[in-house]
Amino acid sequence: MLLGIDARGPVRGRRVVVTGVGVVSCCGIGADAFWEGLLGPAPEGAHRVHDFDPTLWFGPKEARRIDRYAQFSVAAADMARADAGEADPDPDRAGVVFATGVGGLESLEAQSVVLQEKGPSRISPFLIPMMMPNAGAATISMRAGWHGPCETIATACAAGTHAVAAAARLIATGRCDVTIGGGSEAAMTPLGIAAFTNMTALSSSGVSRPFDARRDGFIVAEGAAAVVLEELEHARRRGARIYGEVLGAASTADAHHITAPAPGGAGAASCMELALADAELSPAAVGHVNAHGTSTPLNDLAEAQAIVKVFGTPGPPVTSIKGVTGHALGGAGAIEAVSVVLSIDRKLIPPTAGYGEPDPEIPLDVVHGAPRPWEPAPVLSNSFGFGGHNGCLVIAPVRD
Amino acid sequence: MSDATFDKFRSCAVEVLQVPEDKIVPEARFGDDLDADSLDLVELVMALEEAFDITVEESELEGIETVGQAYDLISAKI
Repeated sequence: MLLGIDARGPVRGRRVVVTGVGVVSCCGIGADAFWEGLLGPAPEGAHRVHDFDPTLWFGPKEARRIDRYAQFSVAAADMARADAGEADPDPDRAGVVFATGVGGLESLEAQSVVLQEKGPSRISPFLIPMMMPNAGAATISMRAGWHGPCETIATACAAGTHAVAAAARLIATGRCDVTIGGGSEAAMTPLGIAAFTNMTALSSSGVSRPFDARRDGFIVAEGAAAVVLEELEHARRRGARIYGEVLGAASTADAHHITAPAPGGAGAASCMELALADAELSPAAVGHVNAHGTSTPLNDLAEAQAIVKVFGTPGPPVTSIKGVTGHALGGAGAIEAVSVVLSIDRKLIPPTAGYGEPDPEIPLDVVHGAPRPWEPAPVLSNSFGFGGHNGCLVIAPVRD
Repeated sequence: MSDATFDKFRSCAVEVLQVPEDKIVPEARFGDDLDADSLDLVELVMALEEAFDITVEESELEGIETVGQAYDLISAKI
């Protein structure tokens, strides 16, 4: 990652590596179950995390006082910290950047019913700390005892990617030695589902088919993921397992429309180019693109146009895990960052479930049918959010 | 102390504070024994108001530190 460019050229930041991963997804909880899920078919039915058991992470009182999205946040972060081993950072130089689209919608919605039925005097004194979108990040920092920056990013479906990028930059700039980046969403409430349905964003066929000619909308999902990021030498000194390096990241805005992407994916393309520049890589060095690929007609076309603009045709192999995971909104970018890390670790690119009928307007090499073995190389991971927010991450195997 | 009234009081406290039933005894202190902070007490009072169909003013909670004190406050209003 670059800190900037001065008269002599690019100013490089400290190197940032991934040393722990944690994930709570509808296709599996924990890295191994999640990875198995990514290699299989999409789960049937609603893409909730059906088997999430909060009592594994919280006492009974805590479980009542922490919204489901924040429970996911903590669970993912705890798993990532356990996976990283004894990072043992200076607490003043350890931070958290976590993402969510809407925060504690379930709590807000339930209390709004209480307001209508029983009046204001019955509103829970815990509503604010349950619904606030920073509750996830705050609870993670409290459990870790870390006193460095603890912040929340809310850029809709790009938030998870932006949070991992921001957590990495805290290390690159020298502010922190260890950080947790991630994102979480649990917005599959009656209100959330109705709102997405009425904006005609959801698939009417009920199947997520990223980049396929038959795609007709996204499948809303719950989930969260977290990564432990660490300064390279800090990780090496303690003999940590290093999954990969965050080489670069970028963020841009379409400044075009509150929900539709800019024509031709112009904002997405510039974000990808800036992320590659931050990583000091040429497009030819990229071995794989982990796409945003929501399965909506507009997103997938614009993203494909942007990928073609940056990489040419057919470009590197592209996959969208949303064929399996559905779209976990503010959690999606973090879940995909973990998928990228595991793709590098396990030398396989997971297939795009639901893909079978190529769209003539999308001339990409879409990995489908079966996982594709590969020699790990830098990966570009894309996320785009309502509001015109674009986020890209470049994660790579560690060079010396 | 009426058994039925205390049972109802206790079940509210168990539900809100998520502690075992046998810890809800008159001498139990909310802070030290039941790990309840001021917001927990606000929620408990809301549950009690609803269960007993009474109203408790915030000022009446000042000085309430034990289960017995809270129970006396509630039972006096029934």
